Amino acid sequence: MNQQERLAAAEQGLWKPLPLIRDARYRWLLIIAAVVYLLLAVISIDVNWARVAEGLSRGMNFIAAFASPDFTSRGGDILDGLIESLTMTLTSTVIGILLAIPVGIGAARNIAPLPVYLFCRSIIAISRTFQEVIIAILFVVMFGFGPLAGMITLAFATIGFMAKLLAEDIEDIDARQVEAIRATGARWLQLMNYAVQPQVMPRLIGLSMYRLDINFRESAVIGIVGAGGIGATLNTSLSRYEYETAAAILLIIIGIVMATEYISSHVRKWVQ
Amino acid sequence: MLTLTDLTKRYSTGDRALTQVSLHIPEGQVVALIGPSGAGKSTLIRCVNRLVEPTEGRITLSNTELTSLSSRQLRCARRRMGMIFQEYALIDRLTVMENVLSGYLGYTGFWRSFLRRYPQPVVSEAFRLLQRVGLEPFIDKRADELSGGQRQRVGIARALLQSPEILLVDEPTASLDPKTSRQIMRLIKELCAERRLAAIINIHDVALAQLFADRIIGLRAGEIVFDGLPDQLDAEILTRIYGEEDWNTAAEPEAEIESDLEAVDTRVQTDAAGLKRSVPAVGAV
Ligand SMILES: Nc1ncnc2c1ncn2[C@@H]1O[C@H](COP(=O)(O)OP(=O)(O)O)[C@@H](O)[C@H]1O
Ligand SMILES: [Mg+2]
Repeated sequence: MNQQERLAAAEQGLWKPLPLIRDARYRWLLIIAAVVYLLLAVISIDVNWARVAEGLSRGMNFIAAFASPDFTSRGGDILDGLIESLTMTLTSTVIGILLAIPVGIGAARNIAPLPVYLFCRSIIAISRTFQEVIIAILFVVMFGFGPLAGMITLAFATIGFMAKLLAEDIEDIDARQVEAIRATGARWLQLMNYAVQPQVMPRLIGLSMYRLDINFRESAVIGIVGAGGIGATLNTSLSRYEYETAAAILLIIIGIVMATEYISSHVRKWVQ
Repeated sequence: MLTLTDLTKRYSTGDRALTQVSLHIPEGQVVALIGPSGAGKSTLIRCVNRLVEPTEGRITLSNTELTSLSSRQLRCARRRMGMIFQEYALIDRLTVMENVLSGYLGYTGFWRSFLRRYPQPVVSEAFRLLQRVGLEPFIDKRADELSGGQRQRVGIARALLQSPEILLVDEPTASLDPKTSRQIMRLIKELCAERRLAAIINIHDVALAQLFADRIIGLRAGEIVFDGLPDQLDAEILTRIYGEEDWNTAAEPEAEIESDLEAVDTRVQTDAAGLKRSVPAVGAV
C-alpha cells in the first residue's frame, strides 16, 4: 500500500501501524528461514537417554538432600569458605569500584577528550568480553589456587561493569548544571565534584550495592575453578558426594544473596 | 566595560549564529537583548564567558581580551562574569547554601571546596545574599525542593557571590509565571543598581524588557537590527526585529485566540531549539 492509499484508507477509518519490514515477500522469507533454522538446531542436539536416566536419579538424591541439609559435619570448612568468600567479595568490590571511577569518567564522551575516551572504552571492552570463569582460570594459572586469584578476577570484572554504567550515566547528566558550574570559573576537579558527582552519586551507590551482590554470587562460581572461597568448599563436597553438605552450602548462599538483595534495595531507596 | 568587536560564531553544524556583532556596554548599564528564537541571543552571551568558543572577533572586559586567554586565565576571567540561566541550572541534589557557595569555586582550591570548608567571610556573604533575595530560612533545603521563583533567586545569589562586574542573564523569566517574572526582573535590576553591575539580559518578553532595561538591543538572524532606548520601540521596530505581525491588536479580545495559537507556535519552536542545544557535548576546559 502506498502513501496515497494509506491516507485514503485512514479517511475511511481503516488504519494499521506500518509493519517493521515493508516488503511482504522479504518479511515471510525471514520468518520461514528463522523457523527452519530453529528446527534444524533442535534436531542436531543428540541426547543420550540412558545417561539422562542415570543422572536423573543422582539429581533426585541431590534434591532430596535439601530436606536434610548438613551444616555441622563440615561446619569448620563451610565457615572458612564463607569468610574467605565474603572477604573476597568486599575487597574486590571496593577495589573494583575505586578503579572503575576514573575509568568511567574517562569513558564518558561528554567530559573526556577522544584519546582518553578510546583508552578507557577499550579497558571496559576487555573486561566485559570475558566471563568471570574464564578470567578466573587465567588468574588461577598466574597466581595459583586460592582467594587472591578470585579477588583479582572479581575486581577486574567489577571495573568493566561499573565503569560502563557510570560512563553512560555521566553521558546522560544535565549539561546545564555543568555549564553553570563551569561559568563560575571552577577548575576541572571542582566541576566533577559539584556538577557531575551529585547527579550520578545515587545511581553509583545503587550499582555498587548491586555489584556487591553479583560478586558474592560469582565468588561461589569461580571457587569451582580454583579461585578459593565458598565455591571451593562446595566443589569439594560435591566431588565427595556429600550432598547434604552441598545442600547446606547452597542454602547459606541463597540466604546471603537474599539478605544483600534486601539491604541493597533499602540503601538504594534511601540515597535517592 | 564590555566591548564586542566583529564577533562571529559559526557552529560546526554550519549554523551561522552571529555575524560581525559589535557593541559596547558601559559600567552599570542593564541591556535587554531581544529577538526571535534562534536569533543568536544565547550564543552571544555564551561567547562572552566562552562557554561557546567564538569563531572570529574580539571580546574585551575592562582591558582583558577574553578570546585569547589560556585556560587558567579564562577561569580567572569567568569569576568576573556571573551567569543566570533560564532553567536556573542549580545543582538539584545540593542544598541551597552549597549552590550559592558554588559561586565562590573560582576563588578557592579543590580541597576546601570538596570539604565544603569555605572561609567564614564567604559564608556570611553568602548568607547575606540569601537574606537579600529572601531565602535565608531555606539554607539547608535541597535545591529541587524549591519553587521556580525561589530557584531563580538562588541562581541570582550564586552569580552575585562571584563578585562579578557583569551579569550574563539568559532568559531568566522564561519558565516563570508573569508575576514572579516581574519580581525577578525587578530584583535583578535593583541588584545591578546597588552594585553598579552591568548586565546583558536575554528576554522574550518585550514589555518586561521595556520596563526594566536601560537599553534595548534587537537581534535578528545573528545581526543587530536595533540598538536604542526602551521607549523608542514601536511597531515598525518590532517588525524589523521579529518580522511582520499586527503589533497593536495583540491585547484585544478578538485577537486573543489567534495570539494564543501563535504563542503555542513559538513555544514549539523554542522547545525545538532547546532540544537541539541540549545534545552537544559538555566539552573540556
Ligand atoms: N550547540 C549548537 N550547535 C549547533 N547550532 C547551534 C547550537 N546552539 C545554537 N545553535 C544555532 O545557532 C542559532 C542561534 O541559537 P541561539 O543562540 O540559541 O538563539 P536564541 O538564544 O536567540 O534563541 C540557531 O540557529 C541555533 O539552531
Ligand atoms: Mg536562547
